[in-house]
Amino acid sequence: MNVTSINARLMQGNQACAEGAIYAGARFYAGYPITPSTEIAEVLAERLPQVGGKFIQMEDEIASMAAIVGASLTGAKSMTATSGPGFSLKQENLGYAVLSEVPCVVVDVQRLGPSTGGPTAPSQGDIMQARWGTHGDHPIIAISPSSVQECFELTVKAFNLSERFRIPVLMMLDEVIGHMRERIIIPAPGELEIVDRKKPKVAPSQYVPYEPQDDSLVPPMANFGEGYRYHVTGLLHDDTGFPSNSPAVMGEHQDRLHEKIRRGLHEIIMVEEVQTEDADVLLVAFGCMARSAARAVKEARAKGQKVGMLRLITIWPFPEEALRQLAEKVKAIIVPEMNLGQVVDVVKSAVEGKVPVYGICQADGEIIPPERILEKIEEVL
Amino acid sequence: MRDSWEIRLGGSGGQGLITGGIILAEAAILEGKQAVQSQSYGPESRGGSSKAEVIISKENIDYMKVRAADLLLVMSPEAAKKYVDDVKEEGIIILDSTYVKDCEPKKGKVYKVDISRIARQDVGREVVANIVALGVIVGLTGVVSQEALEKAILARVPKGTEEMNKKALAAGFQAIKSVVNAA
Repeated sequence: MNVTSINARLMQGNQACAEGAIYAGARFYAGYPITPSTEIAEVLAERLPQVGGKFIQMEDEIASMAAIVGASLTGAKSMTATSGPGFSLKQENLGYAVLSEVPCVVVDVQRLGPSTGGPTAPSQGDIMQARWGTHGDHPIIAISPSSVQECFELTVKAFNLSERFRIPVLMMLDEVIGHMRERIIIPAPGELEIVDRKKPKVAPSQYVPYEPQDDSLVPPMANFGEGYRYHVTGLLHDDTGFPSNSPAVMGEHQDRLHEKIRRGLHEIIMVEEVQTEDADVLLVAFGCMARSAARAVKEARAKGQKVGMLRLITIWPFPEEALRQLAEKVKAIIVPEMNLGQVVDVVKSAVEGKVPVYGICQADGEIIPPERILEKIEEVL
Repeated sequence: MRDSWEIRLGGSGGQGLITGGIILAEAAILEGKQAVQSQSYGPESRGGSSKAEVIISKENIDYMKVRAADLLLVMSPEAAKKYVDDVKEEGIIILDSTYVKDCEPKKGKVYKVDISRIARQDVGREVVANIVALGVIVGLTGVVSQEALEKAILARVPKGTEEMNKKALAAGFQAIKSVVNAA
């Protein structure tokens, strides 16, 4: 038996997500359990106290989101997990975290909606909510894992990005990925990079909390309780953190929030290309649907059809550039997704009519099987 | 042994089929293979219909759901009705004849084993019917080794129940041997 198979074990996606959080340094979780995300809370209720962290079951999702923002301000890497109905409730304080630039990770294990919908039925229906669920022109980062291994590793990445860019990062699992169990190799300590937020180098009296110190435009962040007193608000504000009604100040604040993400795109955008080199038909898929699409690619290739896949790992900001480059080469794009057409429209807008784009859209609580993708490939070829 | 197995376990909530699927997948991983286990169930934990799926392969597994099964185990009449047609032509169907009666699948090789009765009467508790079933599956197919299966079972079952589970496993191996020999 080699080293790999000793470390290999069977693990559920939700559990891998929770273990990834611990590995990333998360030491605070506040949440309100909801199917199909509950195992994340269960695992962290047990694991966080073992590593000196805190777990709180809150009265609801609104308070959970508020609690992780508060905990993060004290320096603790913080997370909450939920599903659609709870994700709706978190939106207000999610916006607060974006504007006040508080790092945190929010996991949404998507189930069939709208409303309480189908609690045990898988879906990818919260993709647009992830982008625009909270109001106003805000940036956001959303990531979609396709395997149990990725549930672990991308949760680490989510914390890293949230710390690096001082922004909430959304882990968009789906019920299939959250609940399935598969082989995972837990990375050894130190094997994956861990990023911590930049702290101020100046004395408390010199600290200007929202003044960027370098080209990243991400200001250093002091921990509450360490003598750095500053004002945190959901109002647009100047570098001191105090609100302003000045169009110049408000506009500048808005611009910086977006610009810090734009400057970091090369670190944020993650995609995987599968057999795209000579592809005539490109599948664009994410989450559990990428697994179905991967099989469709394999079976189509076995029939001699030139099919490839662009797997979106980062969904927001949308990987437009990678898609545009592929759109130059392929004859058609197919987007299979378990909703009634959320990503397909973004794909259409990104390729600007250069190639026809077809959706396979389904919201009935079933994963779209490879057969349906293969049928569509036949149709468009 | 073939390179890849798509296995579906169907029955009622409470029969331990999801646990059974997990144990099978863990046994495969102990042997250095790839395994994916997924499930679907109603909101209730007992009495509703329950389905566990396991794919075991020497290669990486992309699609995680079972399409046409190489092996189907059904332990309730509802599950039998729902799943017997989604089996490969040369697939294997194991019916728990304690509960599944009057089921004559149109395809696949069918084995009728009195799984739940064996668990209840020969082992002593029906709660270990899933372990008897694993013995039947592995005794028949060798999808994982008997050693890996036993190791995975003992790692998963509650402390203090090891002997009963070993007895259940042996009963499963024995039961399928008798059925095969009688055929």
